[in-house]
Amino acid sequence: MTVTLWLPGDSAAASVGADAVAAALLNEAASRGLELRLRRNGSRGLFWLEPLLEVETPAGRIAYGPVAADDVPGLLDRGLLEGAGHPLCQGPTEEIPYLKDQERLTFARVGVIEPLDLAGYEAQGGLAGLRRALALTPAEIVDAVTDSGLRGRGGAGFPAGIKWRTVLEQPAGPDGGSKYVCCNADEGDSGTFADRLLIEGDPFLLIEGLAIAGLATGAGQGFVYLRSEYPRAIEVLKRAICVMEQAGWLGDDLGGSGRTFRLEVRRGAGAYICGEESAMLESLEGRRGTVRAKPPIPAVAGLFGRPTLVNNVLTLAAVPTILARGAAFYRDFGQGRSRGTQAFQLAGNVRRGGLVEKAFGVSLRALIEDFGGGTASGRPFRAAQLGGPLGAYVGAAQLDTAMDYESVAAAGGLLGHGGIVVFDDTVDMARMARFAFEFCEIESCGKCTPCRIGAVRGKEALERILGDRDLARNLALVEELCELMADGSLCAMGGLTPMPVLSALRLFPEDFGRAPAAAAE
Amino acid sequence: MQADGATPADSLDTAVLRALCARHGDAPERLIEILHDLQELAGHVPEAALPVIAEALNLGRAEVHGVASFYHDFRRAPAGPVVVRLCRAEACQARGALALIDEALEQRGAALGETAADGVTLEAVYCLGNCALGPAGTVNGRLHGRLGADRLERLVAEAFAEEEAR
Repeated sequence: MTVTLWLPGDSAAASVGADAVAAALLNEAASRGLELRLRRNGSRGLFWLEPLLEVETPAGRIAYGPVAADDVPGLLDRGLLEGAGHPLCQGPTEEIPYLKDQERLTFARVGVIEPLDLAGYEAQGGLAGLRRALALTPAEIVDAVTDSGLRGRGGAGFPAGIKWRTVLEQPAGPDGGSKYVCCNADEGDSGTFADRLLIEGDPFLLIEGLAIAGLATGAGQGFVYLRSEYPRAIEVLKRAICVMEQAGWLGDDLGGSGRTFRLEVRRGAGAYICGEESAMLESLEGRRGTVRAKPPIPAVAGLFGRPTLVNNVLTLAAVPTILARGAAFYRDFGQGRSRGTQAFQLAGNVRRGGLVEKAFGVSLRALIEDFGGGTASGRPFRAAQLGGPLGAYVGAAQLDTAMDYESVAAAGGLLGHGGIVVFDDTVDMARMARFAFEFCEIESCGKCTPCRIGAVRGKEALERILGDRDLARNLALVEELCELMADGSLCAMGGLTPMPVLSALRLFPEDFGRAPAAAAE
Repeated sequence: MQADGATPADSLDTAVLRALCARHGDAPERLIEILHDLQELAGHVPEAALPVIAEALNLGRAEVHGVASFYHDFRRAPAGPVVVRLCRAEACQARGALALIDEALEQRGAALGETAADGVTLEAVYCLGNCALGPAGTVNGRLHGRLGADRLERLVAEAFAEEEAR
């Protein structure tokens, strides 16, 4: 009997040797005369176990990891194909606590199916949302998105339904309807990889979400702006678009409805700022990625001056679930004004790094300690940066923060795109503050002065602080610069660079040559 | 791609560039895609190519120069046969990326962005989306995680061997 094995083909698994494991398996099987079928799924997002090899058994899939190519002969000797015990055996995949304790809606199929298997996608509930949308009016689709409470997953957390309605209400152009849907897949924040994981593991979901957005807003053309650092994601998404076109789910007669929706992938070119929506639109128009002053907002005048819906990958990928299972189903996850699930990403110095999709409201401690298992180095936890390079640092005293938009904001931070970068006690927070300015210097688009010059002066002041020169004056200068950048920058690049700087300074003053923060604070 | 087999920049003739632009419909909004294709073909974006592209797309030379110089991806000079890009963003820093980068540079007596005597061009990159498997980097475009100094040097040696075999 042919045994089916699953091994991720995504770039994270490949980066730690999955392709070598695949080659070893096929070689070894050939020389032993074993019949096996190797299927390449996306990664489950349990990265510390990658490469994660699964074998299909009558009792479900059994996981082994992290598997190296050298482990393959031994695994086969000890009954891999029967799902037998082995030091690398993790038991049934679905029973691994890290996975079992999640609430996977958006990531439900990632790692379960082959990314380009449309039949497998449908068998696991795919296309139900788009089919439902085809039976609704645009206004009804927008209502569902509004009722679900979905907010933008890119970082700002703006209510998606309001944005969708604004685009829907804009008049079509003289040519009868040039509105656009643009998916922001310029996932440049350090500590985030959920967009990549989704696109490489379940690209049809994003395409389905985009098609629904097209139907809802009256846009006939969509773009996915995907960063060049993700070549495998670009390739998978392009192939997935071809499959969807051939199946009639994209193109001139979407699902037999007579409606048009085309989709195109555009590569970024290594500019972090293009994750800012107006810089992304400039880049999509073929120009330097400099930010635009607002108003007008993109929903009114966006790409090529036309009404444009700009949403993050995970915002759009949440929509098929909302349409398929109802707004109330989605809204029942989460708390307060943070509804649904968030893809938390555990990164940096953490023992079990990976993707944790949970309803909003889970505590930071549960994520870092229960899921993450603490630091990878085994040293004491000192800080975590939430929401990317423009997000705040938090310390041990903030670990009980509930991870929803409002609670994180109340703790002085930003939930952002859900990235959590963990640092142990060897981190020098003054150096991290210096880096925040340096990053802003490198990635500023240069359009506004507070960001362009402030970053340079801030870095210089931090260097003097690190060199123990003129501490009081330079600390005052940093605080003043931060105030100016926060108030005077055109976009979040300069406006939020003070977040990591000031949070580091407030929570870890001893690293900046000041007296330690009072324990009560 | 950046290796000996690549088309030397100076001899990239006008016809090739025009064909490249034509494949993108001479559309100005596709300038970034055109520059990506050019870099894949020539290993970098040669200055001499910019006026030809500007004319094909009906753009000013300054505009094309502006785009080519804005984006970090576009290399204005050829790189060595092996290009190593190491992530120095926060998540990789938390796993010791800066020490890894310093060691790779020190060993070669080169600075970031330079091509060392051994033919390795070492560049910084800010996030490869492999943040749970840091330090991360690419060697000739291939992504690697859990990098240490020894593994990096082994991957560099393999990349040179691959280049030689081509």
